[in-house]
Parts: sequence; structure tokens; C-alpha cells
Amino acid sequence: MRSITEKIMRVIFWLSGIAIIVFLTGILFTLLSNSIPAFTEIGIKPFFIEGLWRPGAYGEPTYSINNFIVGTFMVTLGALAFAVPLGVAAAAYLSEIASPWERELFKPIVEVLAGIPSVVLGFIGLVVLAPLIAKLFGIPSGINALNGAILVGIMALPTIITLAEDAITAVPSDYRHASLALGGTRWQTIWKVTIPAAFSGITAATMLGMGRAIGETMTVLMVTGNMIARPSSFLDSVRTLSANIAIDIGDVVFGSIHFHALFVVGLVLFLITFIINLLADILIHRKPEVNK
Amino acid sequence: MKLNRRKNIIAEWRGSELIGYWLLRLSLLLVLIILGFIIFDIFSKGIGVINWEFITAAPRVGMTEGGIFPAIIGTFYVTIITVAFAVPLGVAAAIYLNEYAIQGTFTRLVRMSLRNLAGVPSIVFGLFGMAVFVKLFGFGPSLIAAGFTLGLLTLPVTVTAAEEALITVPRAYRAGSFALGATRWQVVRTVVLPRAIPGILTGTILGLARAAGETAPILATGAAFFLPYLPDSIKSQFMALPYHLFIMSTQHHALAIVRPIAYGTALVLVTLVCILNLAAVLLRKRYRDRVAKGL
Repeated sequence: MRSITEKIMRVIFWLSGIAIIVFLTGILFTLLSNSIPAFTEIGIKPFFIEGLWRPGAYGEPTYSINNFIVGTFMVTLGALAFAVPLGVAAAAYLSEIASPWERELFKPIVEVLAGIPSVVLGFIGLVVLAPLIAKLFGIPSGINALNGAILVGIMALPTIITLAEDAITAVPSDYRHASLALGGTRWQTIWKVTIPAAFSGITAATMLGMGRAIGETMTVLMVTGNMIARPSSFLDSVRTLSANIAIDIGDVVFGSIHFHALFVVGLVLFLITFIINLLADILIHRKPEVNK
Repeated sequence: MKLNRRKNIIAEWRGSELIGYWLLRLSLLLVLIILGFIIFDIFSKGIGVINWEFITAAPRVGMTEGGIFPAIIGTFYVTIITVAFAVPLGVAAAIYLNEYAIQGTFTRLVRMSLRNLAGVPSIVFGLFGMAVFVKLFGFGPSLIAAGFTLGLLTLPVTVTAAEEALITVPRAYRAGSFALGATRWQVVRTVVLPRAIPGILTGTILGLARAAGETAPILATGAAFFLPYLPDSIKSQFMALPYHLFIMSTQHHALAIVRPIAYGTALVLVTLVCILNLAAVLLRKRYRDRVAKGL
């Protein structure tokens, strides 16, 4: 009796472990299998050539996601441009300078920032940041790529700070002592020794932040304006890949080409974030540079 | 060593070095100010709307008056389903990884899948939920379809928390029980799991917070614009706090008029999520301290 329970529990736990792999491959499989009708009907190329996303157009619907890829990278790179320096500097402060009580207090606060729902940040972008941007640049509306970039940057900050802090803390004290013993100042030690030694960890933090930024949906949906045209500056309205799915998912006809085209967008989004996360994963889990 | 490094920090930073010191310090302060501003703005403008009616009544007059009760209840129901799905499965997977499996290529593959699952964009979960739970399984847009979708999204959180909790149970406890002739399941059930409960609870709370705040995955799997009644089965559609905030700030026909309601909804949502996250952080700190003391 006992050995039967033993065996059953063993199988249950084993299946639970397998389930995780099944879920990830299941998502990929669902995206692929639902994309195939779109690929056979439209082809692969029309999704990526220059053009517009007009699934409802009479006669000749077009499904180019070209501008959405541009929009996604504008928002993402704009976000990282300020979130990475700010996040790494904050992480360096937490790890190298802050007193223990400061760390005890500030780290949970940063985690709270990570917990603010994206729809709330989007709301703040609409009611606070948009009027501010409009006034600052003298434009009629502050609903644009810049607004999205700022908010998505705020959203990526906790990821970057937490992981960069881990990376900087993991640098052995010997490095710092050696630098200080050679007459290096505190600033030189942080800037020229500690941060470079934590470089691969900081890169991984940046990439995971980037993965989060690319996949972010509600915030950009609410504050970037979602125009399908190609943006020419950060003050233009843009639509991202994720926002495009969110906009169309509500009233798309099940089984239509439009429906399947949305899975193509999802597939592209999945693959981009998958590759980025995989690279970050390899960076984090490779042997620390210290051992070389 | 560490103590020495922390002593007289300011005194060690002299002259032009102080610029660097303040650069780093102000960076952290800026992050805290951003957070403080968001919380302050929502709190100061949302608090005026909050009263008994707002919490306990349904929206009225084309959602320009009344409260957000159905959205609170909807979020409550859907997060319960999420946790009922993600916690048992997450704990079981963590037990497999930490107690049963031989560490090797396969466990590495499971862990890698888990980390990548954590990185899948939330809207992609929404697509998956729509294709699989709503259509393939025939649940339709419903609490259960949305709950399962959110459950998948939350799974990495619960597995990671459960694994962290299992790791903190000293190896000697297991060895002692095995030496007394206990089987593996007996060891897990009577020795390991009871000590891992606080960690599992932390994961559950973090999962609740995550699920309560997500909007994108429920867009097409069950969230409703407006329902005049409360959900009465797991097959019902539902209103949810984050989706309600989205509607009230972008989709409503009279955005300026419902702005206070949007602020009130944001305040309720932020309060809920922050309390859950804070509880999880404090709980985790308590048992980490306990582990650090070797108790």
C-alpha cells in the first residue's frame, strides 16, 4: 500500500515538472499552428515588407507589421536609454554605498514599484504625463512614443535595479580592496573596477528589462496613440506589436485570416522575447568571470 | 571586512569624488520619487471618491455613477481560480525539481522553460488563452478561461517561491528522516512541506498580486465591459478592477466625467496590489531571518 502511494506521488510530481515544458512548447505550438493558415493565405513576406496593417480594408486587406516592429523598438530603446543608466546607478548605490538600514528599507520599496499594475502606469501616463509632454514640446497631444518610452522605462526599472544589484554585490570584495590598496578612490573603484567586473550581469539585467519592455502591453496601448502609420520621431504616435494584438483581439472574427494574422504577430513577439530571454539566461548562468 | 567598508562612508568621499557619490545617490532617490509621485497622485485624487457606496454598489447611469463592486468581486473570483490552478501545480513542480529529480539535463530544461515562461509577454498568454481555453476547450469567455490563463502566467512566480522555500529546509532533516526509514513521500509530506509553508504562502500572495493587476490576458478570455449582475458560475463573464480602469480611462463615452471613478478604481487596485506585495515581502523577510539564524 505504502509503495503504491509512493509511486503515485512520484508520477504526480514528475508530471508537474513535465507540465512546465509542455506549457511553454504548447504556447509556441498554438501560436505556430494558428499562424499557418495566415502564412498559406497571405505568405510570410507581406507581414514584413513596408506597408500598413489594414485587415478590414475592402478588396485588398494588408497585414504588414513593419511599422509595429519599428514602434516596438522605438518605445523599447527609448525606455532603456534612461532606465539602464538610472537603474545601474541606483543599483550601485544600493550595493556599494547604502548603509544596511537603507538597503533594508529601499529594496522592498523598489519591489513595490515592480508590483504597480501596468494599467495603472498607463493611466498615470494619460492623465499626468501626456499633458506635461504636450506643454513641454508645444504639441497638441502628449500621447506618443516618448510617453510610452518613459512609462515602459519606469516599468523596466525594478527588473534592472534588482538584477544589476545582484550582479554588483556578487563581485568579490578582493577586487575592491585591491583597487583601494593601490590608491584608487571610492569613485574610481566603483566606476573602473566593480561595475566593469559585473558587466555580464548588468548586460543580462538590461536584456531582461528589454524583454519586459518589448512585451509590455497595457501601458503602451493606453499612451502611445496606436496610429498604424510609420512614426518619424518620438513625438509621433506609434503602435507596438503587443498593442496591436490587444486592439484587435476583442472583435476579431474567429477563424478569419485576420484572426490567424494576429497569431503571426503573437509569434513574432514570442520569438523576439524568447531569444532575448535566452541570451540573458546564458549570460546569467555562465561561470563568473572571476574564475577565468 | 564588510563593516569596515561601511564605516564613515561620507568621510571617504572627498572633493570631486562627492559628485560621483551624489550622482549615484540621486539616481536611487529619483526612482523613489517616481514611485512616491505615482502613489501620491493616485491616493490624493482617488481618496475623495472612496466611500461605502463606491465599494459596495454596482455602476449606474451608463457607468457614470455608482460603485465598482462587481469589478472587485470579479477580480476576487478570478484570482482565486488563478491561485487554485497555479499554487498546487507550482508546489508540485518545485517538489519534483528539488526533492525527486536527479539534477541534470532534464531539470535544467525544466528550469529554463520556467524562466522563459516568465518572459512570455502577457498579451501572448491572452492569445493562447483565447485559442485554447475559450475555443479549443469550449469554456467560452469566462472566469475559468481567464483564471487558467492567469494561472499559467503566474506559475513561474509560485514555482520559484516554492523552490526557494524547499531549499531552505536543511538537508540534515531529510537525512534524519530517511535514516529512520521514512519513504520519500513521507519525508516530503511530514518534514519538508510543513517547514516550507511560509515560503509557499509568500508565493501564493505574490501570485495573487500579479493576477489581480493583469489586464492583457483577460481582454479576450472573459473580462466584460459592463455586467448588470454578478458572476454566478465559473462559466460566467466577469468585470475586473484592472479592466475597469482601462475602460474608464480610455473607452468610456464621457472620459472627463468618469475621471474621478477611474482614480477611485486605480486607488482600490493599487492599494490591493501593494498590500499583497508588502505582505509577501515581510513574510519572506521573516522566514529568511529565521533561516539565517538557523532555526
